[in-house]
Amino acid sequence: MLYPRRRAVNPPERRAEEKMPTLWFLLVALMLVAYVVLDGFDLGIGAIYKLVATSRDERALVRRTIGPVWDANEVWLLAAGGTLYFAFPQLYASSFSGFYLPLMLVLWLLIGRALGLELRGHFGDDLIGDACDTIFMISSLLLTVILGAALGNVVRGVPLDADGYFFLPLWTNFRPGRDPGVLDWYTVLCGVVALVALGTHGAHYLALRTTGEVNVRARRIGHLGTRLLPLLTFASLVATLIVRPSVSDNFRDHPAGLLLPAAVAASLVAMELAARRGREQRAFLASGAYLICMLGGAAFALYPVLLPSSDDPTRSLTLTTSATGSYALRVALAWWLVALALVVGTFLHLYRTFRGKLTAATGEGYH
Amino acid sequence: MDSALVVHRLHFAFTATFHYLFPQLTMGLAPLIVICKLLAIRHPERGYAEAARLLGRLFAINFVFGVVTGVPMEFQFGTNWARFSRFAGGVIGQTLAMEGMFAFFLESTFLGLFLFGERRLSPRAHLLSAVAVFLGSWLSGYFIVATDAWMQHPVGYTAAADGSVQLVSLSALLLNRWAFWQYLHTMGGAAVTGAFAVAGLGAYYLLRAKPDDDQRISAALLRTGVLAAAIASLWQLFPSGDRQGQLVTENQPATLAAMEGLFVTQPNAPLVLIGQPNTDEGRIDNTVEVPSVLSVLSYRHWNAEVKGLDAFPADERPDNIGLLYYSYHLMVGLGTIFVALMGLALLWLVRGRLTQSRPLLWALVLAVPLPYIANTAGWITAEIGRQPWLVYGLMRTAAGTSHRVSAGNGLFSLIGFMGLYVLLAIAFVLLMTRTIVRGPAEVSEHALPPPASGEPAGAES
Ligand code: HDD
Ligand code: HEM
Ligand code: HEM
Repeated sequence: MLYPRRRAVNPPERRAEEKMPTLWFLLVALMLVAYVVLDGFDLGIGAIYKLVATSRDERALVRRTIGPVWDANEVWLLAAGGTLYFAFPQLYASSFSGFYLPLMLVLWLLIGRALGLELRGHFGDDLIGDACDTIFMISSLLLTVILGAALGNVVRGVPLDADGYFFLPLWTNFRPGRDPGVLDWYTVLCGVVALVALGTHGAHYLALRTTGEVNVRARRIGHLGTRLLPLLTFASLVATLIVRPSVSDNFRDHPAGLLLPAAVAASLVAMELAARRGREQRAFLASGAYLICMLGGAAFALYPVLLPSSDDPTRSLTLTTSATGSYALRVALAWWLVALALVVGTFLHLYRTFRGKLTAATGEGYH
Repeated sequence: MDSALVVHRLHFAFTATFHYLFPQLTMGLAPLIVICKLLAIRHPERGYAEAARLLGRLFAINFVFGVVTGVPMEFQFGTNWARFSRFAGGVIGQTLAMEGMFAFFLESTFLGLFLFGERRLSPRAHLLSAVAVFLGSWLSGYFIVATDAWMQHPVGYTAAADGSVQLVSLSALLLNRWAFWQYLHTMGGAAVTGAFAVAGLGAYYLLRAKPDDDQRISAALLRTGVLAAAIASLWQLFPSGDRQGQLVTENQPATLAAMEGLFVTQPNAPLVLIGQPNTDEGRIDNTVEVPSVLSVLSYRHWNAEVKGLDAFPADERPDNIGLLYYSYHLMVGLGTIFVALMGLALLWLVRGRLTQSRPLLWALVLAVPLPYIANTAGWITAEIGRQPWLVYGLMRTAAGTSHRVSAGNGLFSLIGFMGLYVLLAIAFVLLMTRTIVRGPAEVSEHALPPPASGEPAGAES
């Protein structure tokens, strides 16, 4: 039987011991942010797919904007998962088994998204082609909601047992208090925020990569989302403070952290200005910055807790109780940095090769 | 066995077995595509460029299915095997993370370039992206095999105070002797699948002899496939299969006894060729066996004593001896047939008679599914043979499940995966057959490939 490690060490030693886990916490957070920003626009485009593109050629155009990149973007999720696995095995074990049901849904939806998108081109305007379109859109849309709700669960906390495990049903009474489910009013709100945020992000990306009717519609949807976001962001902030008042602790102790919410506000203003003036690239960059700062704020508020316990704070999984031994963390740093440099290089190459605007008219080729 | 354990085991077994149907073709085809592209430079007139393009299209379809079935695997260590993950994550998480950071990124970025970039890239850059996809897929194979090898033969770890294991040597983990041979054997198996598929494809086009088929492409496929298949089949038998057997003999003697159906410890142990293990009475029924050969294969000595199942307590023997025995014999039997078939085909090829020999061409077409069976049987041998251990000698399978995930919830997702994968299988077969039937005529018409994955069917209209 395994129990969470509780190390009794002196404070200065302890701080040194926390350094490596803290670094890995930052790196995992970085990878998850990269996933949300990159695959986020794939998912967001999927969520607005049928709204933004109505004819067959337009839909093909939309798919071509993400065709060469979505799989590479999705790999950020896998790589983050693998990194979490080796650096914080206990967190990986308890959260993946505890969120069993929503994760199974995520897996099926990821399959649906990929197949809908990749197989669509093999069929004409027949029944199967239509089904692919619908599967792609619904899977992407639900994925954004579930990802948002998942983040909501991590902020709200889960009922960890003495061994550091839990199991959540999909829903109970939709209240975040005792005996919560994956879905309650708070996490559903988080899901809606994610849907709008990623839909907007996707729309900005699509506008940047297209011309013609699709471009016009993408801009319109992007602007609509941009106007909704401040309201939703504010609502989610208030809701978070109600559900988990302790999220403000870190900000009180380290006021510099308040720069993050300030940056969220600034990115919203920048996004609005850019959308209003039709600056496609700026709007996209602003929505990227918005996502980064929102997630950064959440990570800052949680630290050093990785998964809070909803009913007994001493059971929360923290950096030090979940991290693996220091040798593994140190040796991994060497190969991880090399790998990251390679990944950044190949991503730049990939995005450079497929840059520029695409048009619907050319039915053939990849220009 | 309690039912949650059964469900979690079936869950993993089903999804892993299904997943592996796709990577084996990915890893087998990738080097052959590179080879065809290289040959196309030396012999521009012999149809290799078109062959590479056709294979690239099949590769693209296969790859999508490999990706979508692989993603669930990455999650299941945590969802279904939580206590195992907490126990061993600090060690095997390392190779899994490396797989993501090195192999999956390499593969997926260059696949995008390979499939979408034939127009945007120079021919050399396009060739290089094919090479990168090949390297990425073979690298990903190494990391995942190293993960499995650690479970078969744990090295480079130490037991921590909290009961988990922690890494003490990354190089020991990566250079695990078991991983080395397992990798070579597994890649050989993938090469067999890829080569049989290519040879079968060429044979099929020659047999159907449609007037608008460019038979230079068919011949190029046939030549490349048969030569590669002959080499890979021999490699599976010797040295790689032989060395795998040695490792099992040395490190997992109970597994060896069960694989071979050896119930009683004996010198001059015979090799059973045919027979049905009768676990109730502890013997093999209806045997056809060769005396002393097992002793030789295991210990290189005629009268070496080989331990039988009776040498091990009941709770240290594999728990499904029948399945283990049959899987192993199926793999080895098929492996032997492969060598014979491809040896013959190669001989006919060298004598320039293969393209006229209809029976042999038919045999090559019909043999295409067999490597899938051999590879699956091989994995079942490895995974069932490891039982009752999840990590050999360190953790029992029963202790590794997610104890908070009930049998009911596990069954829910298992049934979900089964339903989904039936649909996937139908879609896969449909798309592959369509692409194959259209075949060479289509790729040789266009100087550049019509849309591959993610592309509109627009080009066809
Ligand atoms: C085309 C596929 C193929 C063929 C023809 C063979 N194998 Fe194999 N075998 C595999 C594909 C495979 C595999 C799928 O790659 C396995 C499963 C796990 C692994 O390491 O490799 C495997 C495992 C495996 C194991 C390890 C079992 C364990 O780990 O417990 C042994 C001892 C052999 N093989 C031996 C042989 C021999 C003596 C063969 C002679 C004909 C042979 N294999 C042919
Ligand atoms: C190399 C990567 C692989 C790893 C790390 C791995 C790991 C595992 C794990 C954790 C289990 C569950 C525990 C157990 O039952 O022992 C398992 C079981 C199993 N795996 Fe694998 N596996 C791998 C590849 C495969 C492949 C490719 C196949 C299929 C052809 C396969 C077939 C099975 C089967 C049949 C079982 C069930 C054994 C049983 O529970 O009776 N495995 N494996
Ligand atoms: C049970 C353990 C396994 C896990 C966790 C796993 C995980 C994955 C994942 C996440 C992907 C998708 C990568 C992407 O998005 O690009 C994938 C694909 C792939 N896997 Fe697996 N896999 C397992 C078993 C295996 C085995 C045993 C092999 C080979 C020896 C293998 C070789 C590959 C290859 C070559 C790909 C590339 C795409 C394709 O399949 O066509 N995997 N795997």
